[in-house]
Amino acid sequence: MADTTALEPTRRDFIYIATGAVAAVSAAFAAWPFIDQMNPTSAVLAMASIEADISAVQLGQQVVFKWRGHPLFVRRRTPAEIAESKAVDISTLPDPLARNANLPDNAPATDANREIKPEWLVLVGVCTHLGCTPTVSTPQSPQGEYGGWLCHCHGSQYDTAGRIRKGPAPQNLAVPPYSFISDTKLKIG
Amino acid sequence: MSGPSTYVPKSGFARWFDSRLPLMRFAHDTMLTFPTPRNLNFWYAFGAILTVMLGVQIVSGIVLAMHFVPNANMAFDSVENGIMRDVNYGWLIRYLHSNGATFFFIAVYVHMFRGLYYGSYKAPREVLWILGVILYLLMVTTAFFGYVLPWGQMSFWGATVITNLFSSLDQVIPGLGTGITHWLWGDFAVGDATLNRFFSLHYLLPFVIAGVVGLHIWALHVPGNNNPLGIDTKGPQDTLPFHPYYTAKDAFYVALFALVFLGFVFYEPNFFGNPDNYTPANPLVTPPDIVPEWYLLPFYAMLRSVPQKLIGVLVLAGALVTLVFIPWLDTSKVRSSRFRPMMKQFFWIFVVDCMILGYCGSQGADASLEMMQGMTLPLVWVARVATLYYFAYFWVVMPLLGLIETPKPLPASIAQPVLSPAE
Amino acid sequence: MNALPLGLSLAALLAFSGSALAQSVDTSEPVPPKHESWSFNGPFGMYDRASLQRGFQVYKEVCSACHSLDRVAFHDLSDENGGDGFFTDAQVKAIAASYKVPAGPNDKGETVDANGTPLTRPGIPADYFPPPFPNEEAARTANGGTLPPDLSLIVKARDGGSDYVYSIVVGDGMTPPHGFKVIEGKYFDSYFPGRNISMPPPLADNSVTYSDGTNATKAQEAHDVVTFLSWASEPKLEQRHRIGFGVMVFMILLSGLLFLSYRRVWKDEH
Repeated sequence: MADTTALEPTRRDFIYIATGAVAAVSAAFAAWPFIDQMNPTSAVLAMASIEADISAVQLGQQVVFKWRGHPLFVRRRTPAEIAESKAVDISTLPDPLARNANLPDNAPATDANREIKPEWLVLVGVCTHLGCTPTVSTPQSPQGEYGGWLCHCHGSQYDTAGRIRKGPAPQNLAVPPYSFISDTKLKIG
Repeated sequence: MSGPSTYVPKSGFARWFDSRLPLMRFAHDTMLTFPTPRNLNFWYAFGAILTVMLGVQIVSGIVLAMHFVPNANMAFDSVENGIMRDVNYGWLIRYLHSNGATFFFIAVYVHMFRGLYYGSYKAPREVLWILGVILYLLMVTTAFFGYVLPWGQMSFWGATVITNLFSSLDQVIPGLGTGITHWLWGDFAVGDATLNRFFSLHYLLPFVIAGVVGLHIWALHVPGNNNPLGIDTKGPQDTLPFHPYYTAKDAFYVALFALVFLGFVFYEPNFFGNPDNYTPANPLVTPPDIVPEWYLLPFYAMLRSVPQKLIGVLVLAGALVTLVFIPWLDTSKVRSSRFRPMMKQFFWIFVVDCMILGYCGSQGADASLEMMQGMTLPLVWVARVATLYYFAYFWVVMPLLGLIETPKPLPASIAQPVLSPAE
Repeated sequence: MNALPLGLSLAALLAFSGSALAQSVDTSEPVPPKHESWSFNGPFGMYDRASLQRGFQVYKEVCSACHSLDRVAFHDLSDENGGDGFFTDAQVKAIAASYKVPAGPNDKGETVDANGTPLTRPGIPADYFPPPFPNEEAARTANGGTLPPDLSLIVKARDGGSDYVYSIVVGDGMTPPHGFKVIEGKYFDSYFPGRNISMPPPLADNSVTYSDGTNATKAQEAHDVVTFLSWASEPKLEQRHRIGFGVMVFMILLSGLLFLSYRRVWKDEH
């Protein structure tokens, strides 16, 4: 019978350890494609950024685009709506933060921090409560008490800068990353 | 044969668990200490290789199913636009799955030929062999359904031709064949209904395969493995514990097999495929040559070698059913062909015969070979002779050889194979 | 008894090998494709970027009149953000905008203008190459009843791949051998099955003027457009070769280590 006392335990163990290590690394590399394949595909990513033509939007009108599967509100505010928004005392707001992807996270929710040009409000049209699409308030058909939006699902009310004023929604409507390519074209995302 | 369990739980938790569900004991007994003949060679690694390939197909298949759309209008696009171009690493997972099927079949054919050569089907392993035949048939069915899914020209027309075989039953009972074919299709021709149900069954069958693999290994563990000498193990001197000896050996051969497999995946991913399947299915245009994937070509050749449709189907079915009877067709008392000089010759001719059948299946129905002196030999006659040999090998050679062959003397035991030099 | 089965198989092998010797000029089978040298052949093959750009120009200016490229989106042409393409994002945006793609319904719900022409808008990178014909019937009518196939997968969909597509493009319209009857309305192409092809010779010297100044011979144009079409069929080839190299190195290393482990385990048993 062969004597099975280890001749040189360090050399024997090294081969097994090296093999095990290479096998483990190979397994990790092999696993990555199976995990990454669930990430958004290149077709989805191609639509992650859109250009919106706002030349036809009238004063006081809202137009809705589709961005990353969500409604995107582009509202051309009247001077009255702008003034109303600027007059609000920030300390009375349920959500004091700007929620603007173009600014730092701690920026306060002043009217100026909610847009790039005061006349144009660009907001993600998803109620921050549970995700319904709020209805825009117009002079012909007022929605809520603050002249902005009313979410009919659970009664959240937003003002003319899209900030939450009343109701269960915890945050102001989000401002997406965007810029003006020209006076009539926005790039969002 | 494994004796009583030698598992000893090492911790309090292990003892507590073992007395409630002896899972660790089961793993220990079947995969760690299981006594395995010490003389198993390279050809015995393909069981482990098959298990790995089944895992590869299931994992890659489940991932593909996250992106594939089983609708006739969208299936091809979901593969060629979605998976191959848009999904991150989708091309890799698709090529793993398509080449995985090819390598799955390479491994199963080596595994089956090994069983034939070493007499692994003989008593007391008849049920093990039959479970293997069932596994093979499940693999063929799964592969057939799977090939239809990308909905290319070959997917569609291969499905049409093969499912149409059932219509030959009209000659037995009028209307029976057509009824069955329409029932299979869910329509008057292969179409969206067919695609959907094939997708459902293609997802299901691999798990049935996994279950039957469990039975297959259970049936193996009752008598224990056969070995290249074909003689029974006499005691612990003839065996080694499965771990670490055969875990290490199998791991090496699995890695070699994977090296070749991945070589094709990354450098020749379409080598085994048919270009016609990169054209979307068109029910109005038949491709010039309808061919199944290579692993079905021998049976395709047998089917086409008979001009009469129903007889051709019976020949095809007979070729597969024959496999079930092998344990009783072979009359020799000697298992391994190492000690059967005549059987060895017929075996290798059989291997070449299967390759010839495969070649015949790959060529057009009216193909012929140019012989010397300007004569041509239609391949269908080659296929007929080859089919004849296929059946003769099992129904004539196997029964007869056991009666007339003089085997070489067998060694006394595995541990001392000194009476006959091992080859 | 031993010799008989051996003798039979030997005879069979001899008979098959004799088949290669007997040859006759058979015009029913096409000529095997020319063997062209491609930058993307071989395990380390990559697409020649300049050739891809020229090939795209040939496709756009010549082939796209009849052949669609349905599966390629404009953004696929980009090489930024991990893309497999050969243009910058800015170039891609310009290329997309130069195309007119079908526009959705306008605010009034119309999809055609006052003259009945379908509404269009400039393309964006997310759009796919618009087809030259709205449907198969229109394509056949414009091409004498034959449907010009979509080219997105043409290199993988034909036996012979890149060599075959190159051969039928350069071989189209050559003088047929004496006595060969070319079908009315078709052209002779010795590389095409049946040798009668419906496509008129697509390329000639200087069919395009290359913006990088390369001499636009017919062979050069064919080489470039087939490089582009090979890319269209297999955009992931370079990523596949790159990852494949790492995988092969790892697998050889792992196999070597597993071999040493196996030998170490079995050391006392052999």
